[in-house]
Amino acid sequence: MKAEENTMQPDQMSATTSAASTTAQAVPAVSLIEDQERAELERTWSDEPGLWGWLRSVDHKSIGKRYIVTAFVFFVLGGLLALLMRLQLARPENTLLGPDLYNQIFTMHGTTMMFLFAIPVMEAMGIYLVPLMVGTRNIAFPRLAAFSYWIYLFGGITLYVFFFLNIGPDTGWFSYVPLAGPEFSPGKRVDIWSQLINFTEIAALAASIELIVTVFKLRAPGMSINRIPLFVWAMLVMSFMVVFAMPAVMTSSLFLTLDRLVGMHFFNPAEGGDPLLWQHLFWFFGHPEVYIIFIPALGFVSSIIQTFTRRPNFGYTALVLSMIAIGFIGFGLWVHHMFATGLPQLGESFFTAATMMIAIPSGVQIFCWIATLWSGRPQFKTPLLFVLGFFFIFVLGGLSGVMQASVPVNLQVHDTFFVVAHFHYVLIGGAVFPLFGAFYYWFPKMTGRMLGERLGRWNFALLFVGFNLTFFPMHQLGLQGMPRRVYTYLPGTGWGKLNLIATAGGVVMTLGIALFIVNVLWSRKRGRVAGDNPWGADTLEWGTSSPPPSYNFEHLPVVQGREALWARTDDAPVVTGLKTDCRDVLLTKTFDAEPDNTMTLPSPSIWPIGVAFSAAVAFIGSCFTPWAVVWGAIPAFISLVGWGWPKPKDEKCDLTPVDEWSEEERRKEASRAQ
Amino acid sequence: MSARGRRPRHHALACPAFVFYALATAGCTGSQSILNPAGPNAGNVSRLWWLMFYVCAGVFLLVIAFLTAALVRTPRKTNKLAHAPDTEPDARRERRMRGVVTGAVVSTVIILFVFLVASFITSRSLYALADPNNLRIKVNGQQWWWQVEYENDVASQTFRTANEIHIPVGQTVTLRLTSSDVIHSFWVPNLAGKRDLIPGHETTLWLRADTPGTYRGQCAEYCGLQHAHMAFVVVAEPAEQFNAWMEAQRRPAVAPVSAEQQRGQQVFLASPCIMCHTIRGTDAGASVAPDLTHLASRQTIAAGMLPNTRGHLGGWISNPQELKPGNRMPPNPLSPEDLQALLSYLESLK
Repeated sequence: MKAEENTMQPDQMSATTSAASTTAQAVPAVSLIEDQERAELERTWSDEPGLWGWLRSVDHKSIGKRYIVTAFVFFVLGGLLALLMRLQLARPENTLLGPDLYNQIFTMHGTTMMFLFAIPVMEAMGIYLVPLMVGTRNIAFPRLAAFSYWIYLFGGITLYVFFFLNIGPDTGWFSYVPLAGPEFSPGKRVDIWSQLINFTEIAALAASIELIVTVFKLRAPGMSINRIPLFVWAMLVMSFMVVFAMPAVMTSSLFLTLDRLVGMHFFNPAEGGDPLLWQHLFWFFGHPEVYIIFIPALGFVSSIIQTFTRRPNFGYTALVLSMIAIGFIGFGLWVHHMFATGLPQLGESFFTAATMMIAIPSGVQIFCWIATLWSGRPQFKTPLLFVLGFFFIFVLGGLSGVMQASVPVNLQVHDTFFVVAHFHYVLIGGAVFPLFGAFYYWFPKMTGRMLGERLGRWNFALLFVGFNLTFFPMHQLGLQGMPRRVYTYLPGTGWGKLNLIATAGGVVMTLGIALFIVNVLWSRKRGRVAGDNPWGADTLEWGTSSPPPSYNFEHLPVVQGREALWARTDDAPVVTGLKTDCRDVLLTKTFDAEPDNTMTLPSPSIWPIGVAFSAAVAFIGSCFTPWAVVWGAIPAFISLVGWGWPKPKDEKCDLTPVDEWSEEERRKEASRAQ
Repeated sequence: MSARGRRPRHHALACPAFVFYALATAGCTGSQSILNPAGPNAGNVSRLWWLMFYVCAGVFLLVIAFLTAALVRTPRKTNKLAHAPDTEPDARRERRMRGVVTGAVVSTVIILFVFLVASFITSRSLYALADPNNLRIKVNGQQWWWQVEYENDVASQTFRTANEIHIPVGQTVTLRLTSSDVIHSFWVPNLAGKRDLIPGHETTLWLRADTPGTYRGQCAEYCGLQHAHMAFVVVAEPAEQFNAWMEAQRRPAVAPVSAEQQRGQQVFLASPCIMCHTIRGTDAGASVAPDLTHLASRQTIAAGMLPNTRGHLGGWISNPQELKPGNRMPPNPLSPEDLQALLSYLESLK
C-alpha cells in the first residue's frame, strides 16, 4: 500500500514540457509554467459560457449543485404539502381540505419526499463530493450524470404539472393494488405516479453506477481501500443498494402500468393475479430505500464528527463494516411492512429477528461516534449541532423501530400515527438533520463563503424544537388508535389536542426551514470568505480552492494516510504527467489504488438532455397510449446515437490503441512497466 | 465567532422531559386505545409493549447521558478550531474505549435477544386463541363500510348486519376476514392488533373480550376517498344479552304498524333504496350496501361516523354526499312527508 512516488507519474509529460520550452526566462519559470498549466486546464475542463454551455455541462460540480438545488426545491414543496396536512388535522372535522385533495396531498408529500427529495439529494451530494474526495477531475461517465439530472428534473416537473391540473396521484406513495389498479383508480392519476417511478429510478440507477465506478477506479493514488473516507464508503454502499433495490420497484411499476394500460392481470385476484405480489415487490425496494437514504447520512455524520472533534473517527473498520452490514441486512426486512397480511408464523419470526438484527450495526455506529466525541475536542459549530440533534432524534426513532420489529406490537401500531412518528424520527432525524449539517459543512466548499453561524444556530434550534413538537405527540396519537392517512377524525376520539400541538410544531419547523433559506441567500453573496479549508478538515476536497476550479485539482494528489490532509507532509508527492489539453484522468487499481492507466473523459454534450427529453416524452405519452413506447423510441434512439457518435480520429485526446503506438511510446511504456 | 457560540449543549438536557411526558400521558384510557386492553390478545401485547417501553426508555437515557458526558468533559479552553488535529490518539485510552464499545454492543445484543424471546412468547399466545369451536363471524370490508355475517352450520341461522359486531364476554371468537374491493384492515385496538382484509385471500383473527363494553375500531389500511370514515363498534356483552341480541337479529324485520310507518315502507320499496339494501321480510334483497333489517338497533350510521338518531338519519338519506363525500350512496331527493314517513319506518326496525 506504500505510495511510491516514481510509480505515480504516468509518463505523458509532452504537454507540460512543450509548454515549458516556450516560456519567457525573466520571471521564475516554475510559477509561469504553473500559470500556463492552470490556464490550459481551465480551457480544457470548463463549460462554455452561456445557456448552451450550461445545458451541455458535464462537470460533476455543476450537475451536483443543480441536483441539490432542485431536490431542495422539491423538499420545500413537499414540506408545504405537509404543512397543509397538519393544518387540516389541527382540529377534528376540519374542512380546510376535502378528502380528494387531502389524499392527493399526502400521496404527493410521500412521493416527493422519497423519490424527488431524499434519494436525489443524497446522490447529488455524492455526485458533487465523491470525485473531489477521491481526488480526481470529474465523475466517471459524466454524460450519464448529466442525463441522470435531466431525467430527474423532467420527472419531477411532470408530476407537479399534473398535480396542479388536479391529476395528482391519490393512492399513497406505496400505491397498493387493487386500490391503484384500473378498477378502483380510473383516470390518469396513478399512471402519472408509476411513470414518475420510472423517471426517478432511472436517474438514481445512473447516478449510482457513476459513483461506484468513480470510487472503484478514479481514486487518487495511495487511497487504498483501507484509506477511503467514510463518506465515500457510505456513498458506495448506498449506490450498491440502489442497484439491487431499484429493479424491484421498476418491475412492480411496470406490472402496474401493464395492468392499467393494456389490461394485464398481474395484481387482479379475479384473473389469478395477486395483490400481495405488489406488496412484496414494492417493499423489497421500499425497505432498502430507507437505508439508501440513511447510509449517506452516516457518511455526513462521520465526516462532521471527525472534523469537529479534531481526531479520526474511533473504529474506522467497525464503522465501514457496520455500513456494509446495514446494506445487506436492509434487504432482509421487507416483510415487516406486511405483518398484518397474515403470514405464516415461521416467516414472521424470521423477519422479526432480521429487523431486530439491524439495530446491532446501527448501535455500533452510535457507540463509535460517542467514543469519538468522548476522546476528541468537540467544536460546537452548526454542523456539529445538527449531528447532536441527529443523535437525540435518531436514537429515539431507532428504539421505536426495535419495538415494531416485534410482530404483536407491530400489529397494534402498524399504519397508525405511531409509525408516522417513528419513520419521521428515523428519516428526518437520521437523514435530514445530518443533511442540514452537511449543507453547513460543505457550503463553504461549494460557494467559497461560510453560512452565517448565528442564523445557523437559530435554524438548528427551531428545527429541533419544531420537529420534536410535531412528531413526539404522534407516538401517543398512534397508541390512542389514530390510523394514518385519514383526512379527518371525529371529535369524540379525543385526538384533537395532540394534533393541535403537532400542527404548532409544524409551523415552528417551517420557520426553521425559512431561516435556512434566508441564511443561504444572504451568505451566498455576503458570507465570510471561506478559504480552502475553513474547518481544518482532513478529506481531499478541502485541499483545493473554494469553490474548486473546473479541473478540481491542479495536480492530482497522492494520499499518504487515511486522513489525507492531516497526514500530508510538506514534501508530499503529486501526480504529474496527465495531459492538460484534454480531459485526462488517472485510473487506479480498485484495492490498493496504484496507478493503472489514464483515460480521457467525454466532453460536454447536448445529447444527454436530448435522450432525457425523448424518454420523458415517451413516458408521459405511454400514460395515454401504449404506442407511445414505439414512436417514443425513435427520438430516443437518435439521441443515443448522437451521444455515442465517435469523435474524428485525429483529435488529440483520443486514446491510441496499443498497436498504433509510435516507437517512442512503446519505449516509454516499457520503461514504466519496469 | 467562537466567542459567541458557547452555549450549544443544553438541548440534550431536554430529553428527560420527553420521557416524563411519555410516562405521564401514555397510560391513557379510551375506547380506541392500545394501552387500555379489554381482552387477552390486546392485553398480552400491551404487557410486551410496556416491557419494551421501559427498557428502551432506559437505553435512550443512557445513550443521551453518555453523549452529554462526552460533550461536557472537554475543558472549554482548548476549543479552537485551528487546533491541530489529534491524528495519533492515545493508545491506552483507545483500548479502554474499545472495551466499553464492545460492552455496549454485547448489551445491545442481549437486550435484543430478550425482546425477541418476549415477542415470540406473545405471538404464540395470540395463536393459542385459535379453536374450531369458537363463534365464527365473517367480516367483509367494502369501500367504506363493514359487512358482518354471523355464520352458522344451519343456513337459516346465518344472518348479516353492518358496522356493529356483538360478541359474548369471555368467549373467543374467530373472525374470518376478506374484502370484495380493495385492501382494508380490521383493527379494534382495545381487543387485538390489526389484520388485513385482502381480496382473493382470507385472513383470520381471534379475539376475546373479558370486560363488557363498547370498543371502537377503524379501518387501518388506506382504502381510498373515505378511509377516514370507515369505522365500526364492537359491543362485548354478557352471554345471555348476546344470545338475545342474536335471536333478535335472526328474525326478519318487523312489519310496519302505524300508517306513517306503512307509508314509509312504501317509500322505501318504491325508491332506489332497494337497488342496494336488504330488509329481510320485504322485497328489498340487494346486498351491495348494509343490511337494514335491524337498523334501529344499531348505535351508529354511515360506518361509525354519525350517531343513529332521527336527525342524522334524515340528513344522511337526503344527501349522503355532503356528509361523507365520495361514498357509494346517491342523494335521495324526497318530499318532506315521504322522508318523515321513511324515517318513522326505519326507526321501527329494531
